[in-house]
Amino acid sequence: MSYCKQEGKDRIIFVTKEDHEAPSNAELIADDPNDPYEEHGLILPNGDVNWNCPCLGGMASGPCGSQFKEAFSCFHYSKEEVKGSECIDHFRDMQECMQRYPELYPQDDETDSSSQEAESRSALPTEKDSTAATSTAEAAVSADGTSPTDEQTAS
Amino acid sequence: MLKCRTVWRTLAPLARTSSTVCRQNARRAGLNNGRLPACVPAAHMSTAPAGGGRENQLYVLLVGATCVGGAIYAYRTVKGDSQRYQDRIDEISSRPLKTFTEEPATPTQSEPPGERINQRILGIMSLLPFHCRTIFEQNHTDEPVIEASPEEAAEPPVVEPDASPASHKVSSHTPYLLIGGGTASFAAARSIRARDPGARVLIVTDELVPPYMRPPLSKELWFSDDPSVTETLRFKQWNGKERSIYFQPPSFYINAEELGSAENGGVAVLTGKKVVHMDVRGNKIKLDDDTEISYDKCLIATGGVPRNLQVIERAGEEVMKRTTLFRKVEDFKSLDKVSRNVKSITIIGGGFLGSELACALGRRSTESDLEVIQMYPEKGNMGKVLPEYLSNWTTEKVKKEGVKIISEALVKSVVSKDDKLEIQLKDGRLVKTDHIVAAVGLEPNVDLAKSAGLEVDSDFGGFRVNAELQARSNIWVAGDAACFYDIRLGRRRVEHHDHAVVSGRLAGENMTGANKPYWHQSMFWSDLGPDVGYEAIGIVDSSLPTVGVFAKATAKDTPKAATEESGTGIRSESETEHTASSPVASSAPSPTGVQHKDEYGKGVIFYLRDKVVVGIILWNVFNRMPIARKIIKDGEEHADLNEVAKLFNIHDD
Repeated sequence: MSYCKQEGKDRIIFVTKEDHEAPSNAELIADDPNDPYEEHGLILPNGDVNWNCPCLGGMASGPCGSQFKEAFSCFHYSKEEVKGSECIDHFRDMQECMQRYPELYPQDDETDSSSQEAESRSALPTEKDSTAATSTAEAAVSADGTSPTDEQTAS
Repeated sequence: MLKCRTVWRTLAPLARTSSTVCRQNARRAGLNNGRLPACVPAAHMSTAPAGGGRENQLYVLLVGATCVGGAIYAYRTVKGDSQRYQDRIDEISSRPLKTFTEEPATPTQSEPPGERINQRILGIMSLLPFHCRTIFEQNHTDEPVIEASPEEAAEPPVVEPDASPASHKVSSHTPYLLIGGGTASFAAARSIRARDPGARVLIVTDELVPPYMRPPLSKELWFSDDPSVTETLRFKQWNGKERSIYFQPPSFYINAEELGSAENGGVAVLTGKKVVHMDVRGNKIKLDDDTEISYDKCLIATGGVPRNLQVIERAGEEVMKRTTLFRKVEDFKSLDKVSRNVKSITIIGGGFLGSELACALGRRSTESDLEVIQMYPEKGNMGKVLPEYLSNWTTEKVKKEGVKIISEALVKSVVSKDDKLEIQLKDGRLVKTDHIVAAVGLEPNVDLAKSAGLEVDSDFGGFRVNAELQARSNIWVAGDAACFYDIRLGRRRVEHHDHAVVSGRLAGENMTGANKPYWHQSMFWSDLGPDVGYEAIGIVDSSLPTVGVFAKATAKDTPKAATEESGTGIRSESETEHTASSPVASSAPSPTGVQHKDEYGKGVIFYLRDKVVVGIILWNVFNRMPIARKIIKDGEEHADLNEVAKLFNIHDD
C-alpha cells in the first residue's frame, strides 16, 4: 500500500508496484511534428537528412564529412530497387577517405569494411523515423560501434 | 543629450500623475483581497464622488492622450537625431576615401581649399578612436581582411616587418572563430561543420590540449585500473568499452596555418593562446602574443575558473601550494599524484564536484591509508540540490564510500604548521590535513566583456545573451559562461556537461543561420559510488517545494547496470545511443542490506514552482529522460503528481 508523508515543504510518497499498475491519467500535450524548435532525429520533417543529428556522431563534420554526406544523401534519395546501388562510387570515395584517417575511423572490423558496400545496401532500412535511423547511422559508420561513442554525441 | 533631457522634463510630470493612478489601482486590488485582474479599469475608482464617474473618464482620457502625445514626440526626436547622426557618419566615412583616392584630382576648388579639406579630414579623424583610424589607413596600404591565400598559408600568423603606419601585427582571418576549447566550443564546431559544408572553424584555447570532456575527470578516470591513466586519459566504461576523454584524436584537427587553404575546410585548434582583447566593431580579436585574428562569426565559450575561498587566498604561499582548484586535466594529474603521496586530503565543498571527488578518493582510501575528509556548510551532501531527506540519505552513502563528513562547517582560517595544514572552523573545530581540494563553485570567465562591450548578468554571472544565445550580431555565447533566456524556465546559467553540448550545438546552428531558441532541455547526472546515481533535468533547487515518489530498489537499479545496458559511461549519450550489443552479464552487486520503509531506493522527484514542474530528478531510474523532458516542456499544472510519476514506470527493470 502506498503511503505519504510531509517533511516541511517536501512531500514523499512510497508506492508499490500495484499502486502504479493502473495507467496514468496525467495529460501530456500532443507534440507538434512541425515544431520548428524541436530537435529532430536523423530525418527532418521535410525529408532531408539532418546532418547535425547527434546520432551521426561526427560523421558529417569530420575530415571525411563531405564524402559521407554525398554517399549518404545519394543513398537516402535513391529510388532504385536495391536502394543505393547507384551510389557505389560515393561509398568508395568515402571508404578511401576514411582509410586515410585510421585513428578517426577505426577499421577493426576488417571484414565489415571490405564488404561495406554490400552492408550498406542490405543493412540500411528505409528510415521512417529517427529510431530506425540510428541503426542506419551505425551501419554507415563502417559498422564500427565505437565511432559514435568515441566522439561526442549529445542528447 | 540636451534634447533627451528636455524630452524627459516634459514627460516627467505626466509620468508622475500616471504612476499615482497606477498606485491607487494597485492598493485597491490589494484591499479587495481577492484575485482581481491585473488591469483594473480606471473608471472603477471609487474615491470620486458619486456623480464624478464621467469626470474621471475625461481625466483618464486626457492623461492617456498626453502620454501618447509625449511618446510620439519623444520618438520623433530620437528618430530625427539618429537619422542626422547616421547622415553625418556616412559623410565622414565617405570623405577620407575620396581624399585618398582622388588626391591628385582635388575638387574643382583651387589649392588652398583642397588643403583645407585635408586638414578638416585629419581633424575629424583625430576624434575617432585609434583602431578606426587604422582601418582607414589599412584600406589603402595593404588589402583589408582577406582569407589567407595559399601562398600565405605557409606563414604562421605572427609578426611581419610591417610597412603600414600602424604598428600592429598582420591580421589573419577565419570565418568562424570559437573562443575557448571546451565542450561547448567543440559541440559548436561540429554543428557548424555539419551544417555549413567546407566550413573553416578556428578554436582558440589557452589550454595546451585539444577539446576534452570533463565528467570523467572526477569520476571514471579515478576508477581506472590502468596505472598509466594519467598519461593516456582513457577510461574503461563498465562494459569494457574504452574511450579517451578527448572528443577527437589530434589527427581530426588541421593546422591553423592550413585552415585557409584546406579544400573542404576543417577545424583547427590554436592551443596555449589567450584572447586578451575583442574588437566588436572591427570583428577581430587579439591574442596574448599580439596576433590579431578577424572573424565573420564568433562564439565565446570561455567557461569559467574555479572559485577559491578567500581565507585560503589570504593564507599565503604555503597553504596555496597545498591547495587544488579542480577543473582541468592538469588538476586531475596533480591530484592523482598528491593522493598517492599524502596521508590526508580534505575536500571543501558539498556539491557535485566535491561529492564526486570525495567518493572517488574515498574509494582509493580503501586501498591505501589515505584519509578523506569532506566539509561543507550545508547539512548534507548536495544540500542545495536534493531535498533534505534525500540529502541526508546521500550523505550516509558517501560515508560508506570511506569519506569522513564534516557538515555545517564554515572555514574560518587555514594555516600551514609543521608541514601540515590546519583548518579552523567557525564553530571551533580544528581539522588537520595534508592537502585541500576546493570545490566551491565556478566563476564564469567574462574577461572579454570589457573590451567587447558585452553585457554581464548581475544575478547569475556570465555573458547575458538572448534565447538564441546571441550577445550581439555575430557574437554568440555558449556553455558555462552563457547566461541565457530559457523560454520555458526563465533566465538562467547552467554549468553542466550536457548543457555545454546542447548550447554549443545550438550556437553552432545559429551561427549558420538557424535562429532557433534554447528549447531542447539539457540534463545532468551524477554518480556517488556504485549504489547512488541520478539523472536530472531542469531547475533542481532544494529551496523549491518537491514531491518525491519512491519504490524499492533492486540490484538492477544501479548506475553500473544503466551504463552496461546503454554501452556508454556518458549518460547524456544513452538517450541517443542505439545499443547494438546485448548487455554484458557481469556480477551485479548484491542487493543493498535491509530494505526498510524509508529506503529511497529509486524514484522520481518533482521540483515545483508555482505548481508547475520545473525540475525532475530520476533517482536510480535510468533511460527515462525523454519523458521527464516532455513534462518540463509542457509546463502544465498537474493535480496529482503520483499520476505523473506513473509515466516513468519506476518499478520496471
